[in-house]
Amino acid sequence: MKTLPLQGPGLDDDDLDEPQFHHAASTRNACKLCTPLGACLAFRGIEGCIPFLHGSQGCSTYIRRYLISHFREPIDIAASNFSEESAIFGGKSNFEAGIANVVKGYKPQMIGVATTCLSETIGEDMKRLFHEYLSKHWEEGHPEMVHVSTPSYTGTHIDGFHAAVRSVAQALAVGGERTRRVNLFPGMVSAADLRHLKEILRDFGLAYTLLPDYSESMDGPSWAEYQKLPEGGTPLDAIRALGSSQVSITFGRTLAGKAGAADDLEKKFSIPHRPLGLPIGIRESDAFFQLLETLSGRTTPRAHAQERGRFIDAMIDGHKYIAGKKAVLYGEEDMVIGLASFLCEIGVEPVVVASGGRSGALIASLRAAVPELPAACQVLSGVDFTDITDAATEAKPDFLLGNSKGYSLARKLKIPLVRVGFPIHDRVGAQRIVHLGYRGAQHLFDAVVNTLMEHKQENSHVGYSYL
Amino acid sequence: MSTPDTQSPRPEAAEVRAEMLKAYPAKTRKKREKQILLNDPVAPPEIAANSRTIPGILTQRGCTYAGCRGVVIGPIHDILHITHGPIGCGFYSWLSRRNLVKPRNPGDTNYLQYCMSTDMQEDQIIFGGEKKLRAAIQEAYDIFKPKAISIYSTCPVGLIGDDVHAVAREMKEKLGINIFAFSCEGYKGVSQSAGHHIANNGVFKHMVGLDDTPTPHLYSINVLGEYNIGGDAWEIDALLRKCGIHVVATLSGDVTYDEICRCHTANLNVVMCHRSINYMAEMMETKFGIPWIKVNFIGAESSAKSLRKIAQYFDSQALKDRVEEVIAQEMAAIREEQERVKARCKGKLAALFVGGSRAHHYQDLFSDIGMETVSAGYEFAHRDDYEGRAVLPTIKIDADSRNIEELTIEADPTRFQPRKSEEEKAKLAADGFSFKDYDGMMRQMGKGSLVIDDISHHELEKLIELYKPDIVCSGIKDKFVVEKMGVPCKQLHSYDYAGPYAAFTGAANFYKEIDRMVNTKLWKLVTPPWKKNPQLDARLGVAPKKERAVLEEPKSFKRNAAAPSAESGE
Repeated sequence: MKTLPLQGPGLDDDDLDEPQFHHAASTRNACKLCTPLGACLAFRGIEGCIPFLHGSQGCSTYIRRYLISHFREPIDIAASNFSEESAIFGGKSNFEAGIANVVKGYKPQMIGVATTCLSETIGEDMKRLFHEYLSKHWEEGHPEMVHVSTPSYTGTHIDGFHAAVRSVAQALAVGGERTRRVNLFPGMVSAADLRHLKEILRDFGLAYTLLPDYSESMDGPSWAEYQKLPEGGTPLDAIRALGSSQVSITFGRTLAGKAGAADDLEKKFSIPHRPLGLPIGIRESDAFFQLLETLSGRTTPRAHAQERGRFIDAMIDGHKYIAGKKAVLYGEEDMVIGLASFLCEIGVEPVVVASGGRSGALIASLRAAVPELPAACQVLSGVDFTDITDAATEAKPDFLLGNSKGYSLARKLKIPLVRVGFPIHDRVGAQRIVHLGYRGAQHLFDAVVNTLMEHKQENSHVGYSYL
Repeated sequence: MSTPDTQSPRPEAAEVRAEMLKAYPAKTRKKREKQILLNDPVAPPEIAANSRTIPGILTQRGCTYAGCRGVVIGPIHDILHITHGPIGCGFYSWLSRRNLVKPRNPGDTNYLQYCMSTDMQEDQIIFGGEKKLRAAIQEAYDIFKPKAISIYSTCPVGLIGDDVHAVAREMKEKLGINIFAFSCEGYKGVSQSAGHHIANNGVFKHMVGLDDTPTPHLYSINVLGEYNIGGDAWEIDALLRKCGIHVVATLSGDVTYDEICRCHTANLNVVMCHRSINYMAEMMETKFGIPWIKVNFIGAESSAKSLRKIAQYFDSQALKDRVEEVIAQEMAAIREEQERVKARCKGKLAALFVGGSRAHHYQDLFSDIGMETVSAGYEFAHRDDYEGRAVLPTIKIDADSRNIEELTIEADPTRFQPRKSEEEKAKLAADGFSFKDYDGMMRQMGKGSLVIDDISHHELEKLIELYKPDIVCSGIKDKFVVEKMGVPCKQLHSYDYAGPYAAFTGAANFYKEIDRMVNTKLWKLVTPPWKKNPQLDARLGVAPKKERAVLEEPKSFKRNAAAPSAESGE
């Protein structure tokens, strides 16, 4: 590895508790997206909720086109369409007109307002805007309105996602007589992951609130009749009841120590919080299933135990194809921690683990989750694809594991890319990839093994048909 | 829905319009009334185009940054582009338009693979981002040594007052390469159209005219407003070359910095997308004396017409003969495909809502295969793109347009050289030839067709419900909305990752694609057989129920709430 200065011009990383690898002044081919994108996706996981960006219409357009290219589903994101005038004098009239039109046009149950770089920079007082709007327009049945602050100059899309979830829980959750309901904050996972989580919880006989849940709203069937706001999503009543559940579970090891929805619920309503890693691979999934056993008082249902067993069996069958192979993985911090854990379990050596996120907790969380991770593995936090390319070129991996943005690197290194996470816009079915649980591990395993087998077959002079 | 067994009678456009407007509050309705019009091709009614989008109405429009960096300058592949701002804007404009490029020499860097951003953090928002921008330019220079660097401002940059132009000048001086900046903050203007104008100004100021090396070709032209989506510019270039016409520069599809620097040496500008580049055409005529004409290489008939027009301009019998020869060859090559598709698509209906010229140009392709455009509109065009350039003097300049700089151009003291004398122009005019000729979309559309500017989701929904078009052409944001309604949707920004569709071979590609889309049997599968045969349900006594897990229904946690409360599990 080249020796690179840890600090670069214009970067102020003093407040981060781990060294940042990224040394350059500019970010070249970012490994992160902007904060309001995450917020918009989280809002679409709430039943009858329309995301609303307070700022320029361009943000709404760009974020829509990006989410759509991954999900291949419609997503409406309203905006207050700032003009130069609103940028100077404030966006109050645009905000009010915009909300009124959305209420009339969509009849939503909730409007999730996210503030963009523009409205954040001019310092819009959202509390006042909300108050002034609602004091004029509130009536019985008016949609709920929730604000989340998401300037793109702080954090990444994942931070926007978690912040939106937290804002919604803060705004709507109320206390009440304690029930056996389980709150689950899954983080930014695929639509199929959300469906799988619901199936697991149901099979354990647990009542639950999954927030957010875009398993249907961002991956729906073809409709006989058009729906303005696609069906599905966490019902608002379920969000209100977050404050009376027996427990909250949050996936994401890097979130520990940062206030999130579950921490607020613990503080306010004394609901215990059980943080877990994203259940990717066998160990992290085991931890999840064990917790569910405790919460439900049931043993893991046979169907899931069978899936676990089949996965172990598949590992035995497939081990010879992948043992000792090297991988470079990148994506959101919690996603790469789960993937690294999974790869170590199946005998693949992660040589570079990289993320554009800068939580400051990646290295420590990763080492804690995956103690067997080789010391030589480079863990890169707050990096871009230029940094990843430099590290990967040196590490000579056999394949890449991550989103579509690594394609040019894969092409350069002439190695395959196994697509997971977000965004995936050069394959179909991104929303149907299962990453979580035993089933997810099985799918990831098959994908990795088959990709490596195909690569071997394609690049062989022999033309094997038995492998 | 799209393929009913019996075609229901076409609704009156006036009724559709009324139905669309009905849902709006009075103020919104008043505004939209001026943007949804019944067409009259002889005397196009005045359309309130290029006006602000109403907040909260879902628009297809993008922002000024998108129009400048994303559309007009973005495709120049041998200059280095730096987005100055937080990460989102740069990321979303990273290879997301399909303006294909081929570096000219092996080893040349294609900068479009890179998305460089100053990735501003809170500190820079508070203390200013110029320092970081300067460092980013220096770094880019050290690594790549590009010919030129272009900088794009995003929303917060304008607000915090970073002087990007001063930084560009300073670094240009320091590094000795061409460096320039664009104040294309997203909040300027009413759509990406403002960004096109800002980009035209910058390209003209900082690139055009830097290299006076004369072009050796007599029939030399620039193709303006062609962005090589899916390889369109390559098709056009190949066609022109076959005729003996040389393209100096295509602005800005697959173009290099050097080509732009010497594009003022061409003898004619032909304009594809009038909206995004008419400024450039005008400025080049004023400064260098290069006349411009409108062409359209989308559609076989239109391509033939455009070639003939160019040949007429150059006034050479040899060129005219060659053009006829090429047209005959090209037409013959696609005739069979055209006839085959026409037989399958004739009489079907299309609606197009896209761009600032595409909603017009693609009507020609549909008419090649006998399809009718019942409704069309642009996202970000101006009145002249609808009603024709004749209305230019009557367009009121509003506050939003006034914010965009209008360059004052004068004839270049040494390089202004009229390509045609007044006499020659008069002769061409007598033969029916016209310069600066764009009559707009409306004059070409049928009487009573519906013209809708900046269509909203609600209007699109009504349109589909009432007209039941066989295909809608739009962009990615609407594609899946339209398809959920049971109508195929062709993306005309990215071409659904296909193409090319320009010139003759491109036209054949498009015919095939439309045939595939409007004649697919897939939509028939949407309704399952048990819905078509309700007896089945009745007989078994099962009411169809929404497939929703019991546990997540609101009522379920009422049930749970009633259940004895449990301590948290441990």
